[in-house]
Amino acid sequence: MPEPVLHARGISKFFPGAIALDDVELALYPGEVHALLGENGAGKSTLIKCLTGAYSRDGGTIALSGAEIDPRDPLDSQALGIGTVYQEVNLLPNLTVAENLFLGRQPMRWGMVDHRRMKREAREVLRDYGLEIDPARLLSSYSIAIQQIVAIARAVELSGKVLILDEPTASLDHDEVQLLFSVIERLKGRGLAIVFITHFLDQVFAISDRATILRNGRVVGTRRLADVSQTEIVTLMLGRALEEATHHRARSEPGELLLSLRGYGKRGSIAPFDMDIREGEVIGLAGLLGSGRSETANVVFGVVAADQGKAELRGRPLRIATPREAIRNRFALCPEDRKTDGIVGDLSVRENIILSLQARQGWHRPIPRARAEEIAQHYVKALDIRLASLDMPIRLLSGGNQQKALLARWLATEPELLILDEPTRGIDVGAHAEIIALIEDLREKGMALIVASSEMEELVAYSSRIVVLRDRRQVGELTGHEISTKSIVEAIAAEDAA
Amino acid sequence: MMKSTLKRVMPQIIILALVLAANVLVFPGFFHIEFQHGRLFGNLIDVLNRGAPTALLATGMTLVIATRGIDLSVGAVMAIAGAVAASAVTGGAHWTLALLMALAAGAACGLWNGLLVAIFRIQPIVATLVLMVAGRGIAQLLTEGAILTFNDPGLIRLGAGTIAAVPTPIWLWIAVACLTGFVIRRTALGLLIEAVGVNETSSRLAGINSRVLLWAVYLVSGLCAALAGVIVAADIKGADANNAGLWMELDAILAVVIGGNSLLGGRFSITASLLGALIIQGVNALILLSGMPVEFNLVIKALIIIAILVIQSPRVRHSLYLLRASTGPVLRDRPARTAPRTRQEEGQS
Repeated sequence: MPEPVLHARGISKFFPGAIALDDVELALYPGEVHALLGENGAGKSTLIKCLTGAYSRDGGTIALSGAEIDPRDPLDSQALGIGTVYQEVNLLPNLTVAENLFLGRQPMRWGMVDHRRMKREAREVLRDYGLEIDPARLLSSYSIAIQQIVAIARAVELSGKVLILDEPTASLDHDEVQLLFSVIERLKGRGLAIVFITHFLDQVFAISDRATILRNGRVVGTRRLADVSQTEIVTLMLGRALEEATHHRARSEPGELLLSLRGYGKRGSIAPFDMDIREGEVIGLAGLLGSGRSETANVVFGVVAADQGKAELRGRPLRIATPREAIRNRFALCPEDRKTDGIVGDLSVRENIILSLQARQGWHRPIPRARAEEIAQHYVKALDIRLASLDMPIRLLSGGNQQKALLARWLATEPELLILDEPTRGIDVGAHAEIIALIEDLREKGMALIVASSEMEELVAYSSRIVVLRDRRQVGELTGHEISTKSIVEAIAAEDAA
Repeated sequence: MMKSTLKRVMPQIIILALVLAANVLVFPGFFHIEFQHGRLFGNLIDVLNRGAPTALLATGMTLVIATRGIDLSVGAVMAIAGAVAASAVTGGAHWTLALLMALAAGAACGLWNGLLVAIFRIQPIVATLVLMVAGRGIAQLLTEGAILTFNDPGLIRLGAGTIAAVPTPIWLWIAVACLTGFVIRRTALGLLIEAVGVNETSSRLAGINSRVLLWAVYLVSGLCAALAGVIVAADIKGADANNAGLWMELDAILAVVIGGNSLLGGRFSITASLLGALIIQGVNALILLSGMPVEFNLVIKALIIIAILVIQSPRVRHSLYLLRASTGPVLRDRPARTAPRTRQEEGQS
């Protein structure tokens, strides 16, 4: 075997009250795609941050091409040869593609930026990545996938030895993922060592050569992917065998009619629709990206006020124009984008959990500290939220744990209608299964749920009924035996559906 | 709760102690307080008394800054409130009515700012800049361009009088600060304000009425500024529309910053801001007592404040943290006790 291009040994990192990384070893060989796998909070991000110098590690050595290095910060590690591309493209959308590629090292001519040369070189660089685009246009005018590839090109041009891709496919659709993979293949051919972090196991097997699996901050195994099955990897990640998410058909009858919407809609957002939601019922919202799933969720919760139609709650007329009114009527919404619409990053986990309850009670009736502690503790235990302390800022939690804390925030308000928008996006298989189990459990207890999701298997597993959307309009409803991924796809594809 | 507050404001207490110690060095009688004609006299009393306007402004400003806003208009609001009070008493109104009218004017200014920020969604720095410029003009219209003097003993007592031998302004700022702090921390307002400051979208979706909260903090800021304006006018027995509260908004912002409150909103401490106001006033006293030529004042003040801010900067604080951490034995098998911040975060804050 050749020398590893990057060899990290004994990497340790301590956080208050927790060991984030414990004696972790990672060896990357030139021309390999190495997947880094693990549940949320297993230490994947922490390891990357230690390698790139975003965190200062508390122990261990990093060798790059045989020489020991100690990157001070991500810029330093980039100069040394380790480039990183994150899920959220961190380039400047208001600059052109060429400017983004060459920022900080623009070709100069007589003390001025040589735009013509920059454009030409950018075009050449991007051609190597299979992109024929106009580098003089704004980065924001291209899709996320293209932006991602520009980010990769920049990272590779600056670094050139190791490329770390942190969930690059999370916001890409199928074709875009293929485009990205072709770029990864090219880079592999150029002898780069590539670290690939994702929650999608299929993609891991499609592109990676080897995988290192982390659990609770330790390496539990490094495997050649040609030699193992998905089940084996999942078992390593979880430390236990995964139970199949099954579709429980034998479910209790739905209860009383809770919410009834007639001709409900908002111009420019979602076409008018009818919907009846009973207690103990899960309504799945299916459809492609941009089909109106989130818009439906938002209009029901009053994030955008409906401008047409009527709503009745238990037979009484109801008007909901703001989230506050929705919450007062015991609605709850877990939004799609945790970071911008969900968590209040700098506040503690405890404060985040009681926030909605407190907002509903009003400012003049504060929840006593002891009570807040009790509520938060209860949900930390019930939902298995992994954290060092309730006082830590919620932004330090991993994605899946943030999602659970947000669920806790809403469950604490004891909602009658819980709306979940993409509740399992960007979280790992373990938390994924737990959230699906939770949805089942809440439905059994008589809660009404609306769940929007892009994962059809998931919708099939828990929905009592599935509403199919296309082009911001409801195009079909599936009940009982009709519910299957096949029928959802057919409903989405049907051209003449009303 | 008490203990964590103390820990939070410890840097400010240490800096204030250093500034006061420096005062004693240049003027050994600094802590000497005597009782004459039914009033306490002394440099320390002066610091507390002269610091009243900044302390009042800092109280309101802390809340505004906690919501990720800023209120540049407070100096101009002081001028308006002083002018309103002065013209009311010269017009024959009772001093209590004059005070109420001044407060009402401050409230109106605060509501105006709140309207622009909370409803029209204008950036706070721009929204309050409007009143910062226009406010002084309004005050000049009220005083018709002249310094409007008055002799109403009731009104004058607010700025120059005493209650139980202690100058009234000291009572006023302590009372306002305690009342505000009490209301904020004994209710959930503090939490809700912090939530809005950190992430307004999330807060709104969680059911917080962010508009009303934003409106309320600008209202409080306006009221605090109005009271400060009345005190300043009462102290000189006249309303000077051109100079009353001039540049005071900057002192107030500085007090909040010295108090370690982030201009990016979120976590805040009114106590720390008040200590910040006293530190500024302590520095003023230091320059005065050291007998330095007046033309050095502003430069020296700037230097001292730069030093204070550098000491509080994330980089220096991190070095101090490392210094402390390296003195004891390092326990490898136990997690560290305080959260090491990432280097990126340090660069930002």
